[in-house]
Amino acid sequence: MNLRGLKSTVAASALALAALTVSAHAETTLTVYTAVEAEDLKRYAETFNADHPDIKINWVRDSTGVVTAKLLAEKNNPQADVVWGLAATSLLLLKSEGMLEPYAPKGVEKLDKKFVDKSNPPTWTGMDAWVAAVCFNTVEAGKLGLPAPTSWKDLTKPVYKGHVIMPNPNSSGTGFLDVSSWLQLFGEAEGWKYMDALHENIARYTHSGSKPCKLAGAGEIPIGISFAFRGAKEKANGAPIEVIVPSEGIGWDMEATAIIAGTSKLDAAKTLVDWTISKKANEMYNTGYAVVAYPGVAKPVPNFPDNIIEKMIDNDFEFAANNRKAILEEWQKRYDSKSEAK
Amino acid sequence: MASLGLGSRAAKPKLDRDAWAVRAFMLVIALYLVVALALPLTVMLSKSLSTYRFDLTAFELQIDKGEGWSVPVTLASLADALPADKRPELATNHDGRFGVVDLLPDFSFRAKTRYRLRNAADGAVYLYGSERIADREWHEYSSNEFRRVVVRPAASRGLDNYRTYFSTPSLVQSIENSAWIASVSTVLTVTLAFAFAYALARTCMPLKGLFRLVALIPILVPSLLPGIALVYLFGNQGFLKELLLGESIYGPIGIVIGSVFFTFPHAFIIIATALAISDSRLHEAAVSLKAGAWRRFWTVTVPGARYGLISAAFVVFTLVITDFGLPKVIGGQYDVLAVDIYKQVIGQQNFEMGAVVSVVLLVPAVIAFAVDRAIQRRQVAALSARAVPLEPKPDPAADWSGFALCLVVAVFIVGILAVCQFAALVKLWPYDLSPSLRNYEFDRMDGGGWEAYGNSIRMALYAAAIGTAVVFVGAYLVEKTQGFRTGRTLFQFLAMMPMAIPGMVLGLAYIFFFNDPANPLNFLYGTMAILVLSTVTHFYTVSHLTAVTALKQMDHEFESVSASLKQPVWRLFARVTVPVCLPAILDISIYLFVNAMTTVSAVVFLYAPTTKLASVAVLNMDDAGDIAPAAAMGMMIFYTNVAARLVHLALTRGLLARTQAWRRR
Repeated sequence: MNLRGLKSTVAASALALAALTVSAHAETTLTVYTAVEAEDLKRYAETFNADHPDIKINWVRDSTGVVTAKLLAEKNNPQADVVWGLAATSLLLLKSEGMLEPYAPKGVEKLDKKFVDKSNPPTWTGMDAWVAAVCFNTVEAGKLGLPAPTSWKDLTKPVYKGHVIMPNPNSSGTGFLDVSSWLQLFGEAEGWKYMDALHENIARYTHSGSKPCKLAGAGEIPIGISFAFRGAKEKANGAPIEVIVPSEGIGWDMEATAIIAGTSKLDAAKTLVDWTISKKANEMYNTGYAVVAYPGVAKPVPNFPDNIIEKMIDNDFEFAANNRKAILEEWQKRYDSKSEAK
Repeated sequence: MASLGLGSRAAKPKLDRDAWAVRAFMLVIALYLVVALALPLTVMLSKSLSTYRFDLTAFELQIDKGEGWSVPVTLASLADALPADKRPELATNHDGRFGVVDLLPDFSFRAKTRYRLRNAADGAVYLYGSERIADREWHEYSSNEFRRVVVRPAASRGLDNYRTYFSTPSLVQSIENSAWIASVSTVLTVTLAFAFAYALARTCMPLKGLFRLVALIPILVPSLLPGIALVYLFGNQGFLKELLLGESIYGPIGIVIGSVFFTFPHAFIIIATALAISDSRLHEAAVSLKAGAWRRFWTVTVPGARYGLISAAFVVFTLVITDFGLPKVIGGQYDVLAVDIYKQVIGQQNFEMGAVVSVVLLVPAVIAFAVDRAIQRRQVAALSARAVPLEPKPDPAADWSGFALCLVVAVFIVGILAVCQFAALVKLWPYDLSPSLRNYEFDRMDGGGWEAYGNSIRMALYAAAIGTAVVFVGAYLVEKTQGFRTGRTLFQFLAMMPMAIPGMVLGLAYIFFFNDPANPLNFLYGTMAILVLSTVTHFYTVSHLTAVTALKQMDHEFESVSASLKQPVWRLFARVTVPVCLPAILDISIYLFVNAMTTVSAVVFLYAPTTKLASVAVLNMDDAGDIAPAAAMGMMIFYTNVAARLVHLALTRGLLARTQAWRRR
């Protein structure tokens, strides 16, 4: 046996081996649009890949408003295969554009009905509820002599002038759920009146929903209208924050999953969506979210206020979705034009 | 000379073939500019005219109040039957929804009435709840169900978007805001830059070299970075907050201070050049006429630098009015045009309105550009060959006051960067100031992590390499070829255009043009290539002018001699032109590299998940409230650009020593 022969044998078997490994790991890459917090994405993908190593997730993350808008813009040329972790109100918009693939994931019957789209087969399935809350910086409030607010109405008191910050509903899903929940809680006329009063106290409106809480955590503005999950995280990071649940009740939205109609990777997309509603996935969501779609899974989350579930309002998602444009326009007319610097 | 003429006649057939090759090349590069600039802008203009309206004639309704179905009527006829003040507004946007029950004054969801609705035209769509109904069948609803029925708009064309724009106070207000901050920043920056340049050029103060270096620093950082520093300095937790006397930094004050920072070097370079060409003989004449220092300043110095001052003013004005990063970070509720484009497009995905705002923003940018070009042409003529450069004489009072001024400016510039670096290195501002590298764990934040930083460097290298080649060859063809006049004029015009196009506008135009599935170039969308393309195009003009200036210094005889020696054009180009112009080529590539690293506006609409960039990461991290990591990333861009500058310096020195020996006598 000469050297050349040996070489070619080795080369041939190496090639065969390579071909084998390639076919064993016939990787599918799914483009997944999401509004889940950036720091959680890695964990979500790793947990999923522990069960399905052959499906690679390519995350496209942005704030809820941006992801929704991006999906709508790509209506005729969809880039996403799956949406995993986007507000249900946004998914209703996509559904009304005929952009979602109806699919009943395996085990969907085990989920809380509230968390599943009413159509049959459903076009989206919920993951967890994502709840409004107020982040309150105790250190700065002490310096400024601000009492801790206990209700939404408290926030309109003159003592808080310039000390409250909230997200702009035109770009932030959290901002929109606040606005739509006030309109539902107080009624349309009273709701706008409430926001008129609140506007007097708002330092400015931010682009993203987590920024108000982070700014409260940094003491830049002592009170940030944001969401409970972000508040708990900031507290865990050492920020001097209390997460307050206003007594009137709090708006919420759910994060949900759907397949984008027309994806060329339908099988992989179905595998992923099946997994996203599994018990294991719900346990994963529970790390940050106190309320999840799978009954009996949720354990108390550290730094979360305990009364959060009873304070969640009876949210009318359809109202929110179909009145979205009208609400946002009205909001912009009332508060965006007052652009004098505070 | 006679022999040369003879030679060129003999070489005529050869020249012709070359000429064709040259024309083909010029066509390719002109085509690049058309595809990368002219077409996208045209598509954007057309997008601003694309509107959405509710076409109520496309839906038919039947009502049954217990006495059988009524004759079908269109919704339009119902609308016409309403009193004039109740009629619905039909202009809307892509997200528009119109509740059909609004057309029925006596509607009650408790009534026993039944309704039937159908789409009476192809393409008409209505929703029941969020169920999309696009067929032509009749669908029946009870009263309680019918209140959930909304119709969707159809696409059409017209000036509706412009009408909506000019009747929305919050949008129109931005025009005034933009003009105001741009004007204030221009006055401040030009004054400051003039004083700074004057002190450097006309006094004998110490440390001039250092000050000149410091003045150029802001070019190396994204315009967002001063915004972030101002938050730390003057925000509610800022350590200099008291200096603002209760005013908020979020708004015009912040935008103006930040704008002075990032436009300062641009104004300084132009004014310093203008002061440097001042003629010493005029000053001597003024002295001998017994004009005082103050009078000399106003009658000799300022008029001598007037073209530079005007040019600097327009450059600063354009930079401020088209800048997006800074007002995004520090603008608070003070809306400006560039941020409006972003809000419309990214926040609400209202692309049509984004296009309208872009067109509005184009107007001042194009005017400023046109005036600046007209003035620059005159300045060339103002140069005299007999001018004697002015040598400043020591004067302790002037020297030390100049020094004090420069010191203040230098401390301001360095201070901004120092604040960012400090904020990036502490654990939790302002509660825990212990040092920490936590803010550098970019992978835990929005924006793309360390990968974005790597992408930025790759993108900047591509832009520098490809951009320099395209720009230089293009400039060579325009400058050094004979004939083909119309083609060259047109090319020159295309090459100057990018200067007048704000980055945001270019980026938005690219979405419209490249994200269209019918476009054969659609495959570029979402790739690194489109980022390189938009960056190179955005910074084309200055690079082109640099190349043209260098080429103008070369005698046309080179071409004639090479032709007479029967050498093809490319050989002359590679053997003579490129080596001679090497310093300019290096300047172009570092210019493209640095700007590719710092630009946000040209790429913010175009990055994809795999091609996130560091500059955009700064923006997105700040947006999510991760301000310290944003500062950390901004400083990484700064250090990268400093390193690139040092490499550029070493290369220039080394190459000059080897290839430019002919310059030494």
